[in-house]
Amino acid sequence: MERCRMVFSGSGGQGVITAAIILAEAAVLHEGLEAVQSQAYGAEARGGATRSDVVISDATINFPKVIQPNVLVCLTQASYNKFSPIIRPGGMLITDSRYVTIQKKVDARQFELPMHRSVMDKIGKPIVLNICMLGAVLRLTDLVRAESVMNVLKRRIPSGFLQINQQALDLGMELAGEHGV
Amino acid sequence: MAVRDYLRERFFPHMWCPGCGHGTILGALLRAVESLGLKKSEMVMVSGIGCSSRISGYVDFHTLHTLHGRALAFATGVKLSRPEVKLMVPMGDGDALAIGGNHFIHAARRNIDMTAIVMNNRIYGMTGGQYSPLTGYGALATTAPYRNIDHGFDVVTLASAAGATFVARTTAYHVQQAKDILQKAIAHKGFSVVEILSQCPTYFGRKNRMGSAVDMLRWFKENTTKIGSKAKAENPDLIERGIFVEKQLPEYCSEYDKVLERAQSGGS
Amino acid sequence: MSDNVKFVQGNEACVEGALYAGLNFFAGYPITPSTEVAEALSSRLPQKGGKFIQMEDEIASICAIIGASLTGHKVMTATSGPGFSLMQEGLGYAIMAEIPCVIVNVQRGGPSTGNPTHVSQGDINQARWGTHGDHAVIALTASNHQDVFAITVDAFNLAETYRTPVVLLFDEVLGHMREKLTIPDPGQIPLVERLWTSVKEGVDYHPYLPREDGRLPMSDFGGVHRYNVTGLFHDMWGFPSADPGVVHGLLRHLVDKIYNNENAIARYKEYYMEDARTIFISYGSSARSALHVVEYLRPRGVPIGLLELQTLWPFPSRIVREKCADAQAVVVVEMNMGQILNEVKTAVDRPDSVYLANRIDGTLITPTDIRNILRVIQGKGV
Repeated sequence: MERCRMVFSGSGGQGVITAAIILAEAAVLHEGLEAVQSQAYGAEARGGATRSDVVISDATINFPKVIQPNVLVCLTQASYNKFSPIIRPGGMLITDSRYVTIQKKVDARQFELPMHRSVMDKIGKPIVLNICMLGAVLRLTDLVRAESVMNVLKRRIPSGFLQINQQALDLGMELAGEHGV
Repeated sequence: MAVRDYLRERFFPHMWCPGCGHGTILGALLRAVESLGLKKSEMVMVSGIGCSSRISGYVDFHTLHTLHGRALAFATGVKLSRPEVKLMVPMGDGDALAIGGNHFIHAARRNIDMTAIVMNNRIYGMTGGQYSPLTGYGALATTAPYRNIDHGFDVVTLASAAGATFVARTTAYHVQQAKDILQKAIAHKGFSVVEILSQCPTYFGRKNRMGSAVDMLRWFKENTTKIGSKAKAENPDLIERGIFVEKQLPEYCSEYDKVLERAQSGGS
Repeated sequence: MSDNVKFVQGNEACVEGALYAGLNFFAGYPITPSTEVAEALSSRLPQKGGKFIQMEDEIASICAIIGASLTGHKVMTATSGPGFSLMQEGLGYAIMAEIPCVIVNVQRGGPSTGNPTHVSQGDINQARWGTHGDHAVIALTASNHQDVFAITVDAFNLAETYRTPVVLLFDEVLGHMREKLTIPDPGQIPLVERLWTSVKEGVDYHPYLPREDGRLPMSDFGGVHRYNVTGLFHDMWGFPSADPGVVHGLLRHLVDKIYNNENAIARYKEYYMEDARTIFISYGSSARSALHVVEYLRPRGVPIGLLELQTLWPFPSRIVREKCADAQAVVVVEMNMGQILNEVKTAVDRPDSVYLANRIDGTLITPTDIRNILRVIQGKGV
């Protein structure tokens, strides 16, 4: 497989870091892949435009950071403004269509998905926006199976919350299917 | 066991000046230990740096002579990792309350079971007579040639406010009271503080024209009184002696047992 | 996948290694980027009956672990730059009194408060020379979580073997990034346990009289032998002494016990070194970037290799000299102003062929940074 470098960005509290950890953990524990996850700390992680990097590969990953992501997710305008210039030419950009207005065309496949609106309409709990985003990433990249992500979630969250997470993951995959693939 | 058996006679004569009060405190401490019937191997003495801290070399306990001001921090590690030992932490006034002030209040706050003995001679003796946090306003020291403008701590008030569950004060003159208080302090479960005024004829006494060691001991006799005495009411400048605080509150190592229990039963 | 495969931060890998080694007492104070070590141990240690305490500062933390080590426990503290500065006096005490303990420093940018959430390797010399007086110290590092685990176990083993503090010099990138860690089965990595004295109760025990092999058997505080421990120069009883013979003998012992074992303490890894004409020397997270460059250039026919150091102190001079004997260029890749560079220059036969590839702005040095510097060294320009 090609090494996949991803950056998930948004504002502090949207769960982009958690989503990155879940994805990378699923790759390592349930797909037999190598993955490295890192993130911004301190003031940068509080509000504004926070980011988390994930590299997934079937070979050893030495350099752990992402300089040019193949996949860039931006859940806020601030994070889009900050990070859209670093996307790898020919890469993939995923944004939330309510929060991000794409300012200019970049050399990337762009997916403007109504993730926030759909989560609010169908689930009503904004806390699972990050899992919905992860569903979209799964569908668009085909790196990790949804089942592996759910296996990670089973160990991380109380069983009572599993169902809405499953719903959010499915919703993200659907949205990506409708608007993209 | 005879008091003498608690000493490491191999290491005598001691290094304190003639007339120093610290040897009297050592004597009172050993009599207290003897009255309690404590075994040598169940006692750990941790000290810092200064004249007072050399006391740890002379007792045949497990002895840890540490860094300036840090005795209580080392002692916390010893006690928490081996709660069954009796911990005694003799410190000087500068050692306990200047460089070690932070450790002092935090050990008191935790109410960890040990006895902090502040051997208060109001001066840094080992370095030659500089003013300490207990020297007091207006006194002379080698670093206060124009008289000290720093106000002193009141050890009793400080220790009580910080959470010590046993707080007492006495002097090197009142040897029987010193022995009785130390005995209670060591038996007390929790953080106990005993301030013992000790004479330093070499530096504090000489600088402040206090006379000989005997004169300084007489000063302790004449300028101190029992807590709540009639004399105190008549002369508020007298320093009170006795037990100011004696209460039972959960002790740190016992509380830690609850942490272990909660951790091992999967609760919180 | 089995339960001993985990996806964790480097700080957690260190915690797993410490627990595997038998850690059962930790004292610490929160400081970025090491805090996760304390957080994880506050949860994990009491589960196995160990003790965790958050002290009032880093000074108290190192003092508390020294006290706990004396009662017979394997102990550790963890901190970062400013806290490591505060620990220097206690580190010297542990060296002088020969108390086994492990001090983790997850490095961040300095001096002073510096760059708390960003990477640096600026404390290499502080680990060596931060405490006052002549002394020797052991400092180790690693570049990935499996090695962080293993080197942490090693740190405990070396601390017990040589009765000395061991410093683990990790960095922010390693501490915070997550990757795979496989926990070895018990017994897979050998453990060195405390060497207790065989002297019976009632017979004189000399706490500071080395055996013929140089090791000093210990007796627990609270046990049958009572003795004195001090930070002053001391005789075989542990009693203070300023006798010139005692002072000389003890200082020589403290330095010799480490430096006479330089090769035994040296841990390092070699990548593509056999025919390498250009050699990277690196350690910690920057070694990952160096290895990335090596693996990029090797398929393109460039004879380049990496010597990754895991033991930084005592500096493995003999090994570095030997490995670099045939190199045309030695490039030290590190995130400071050349702290290991100077050691390498001193070690090799041709110091003029040693170059520095560094980055000091709080960003992990990238493979592109290294390749650009390499081009300059080769006279090709950027």
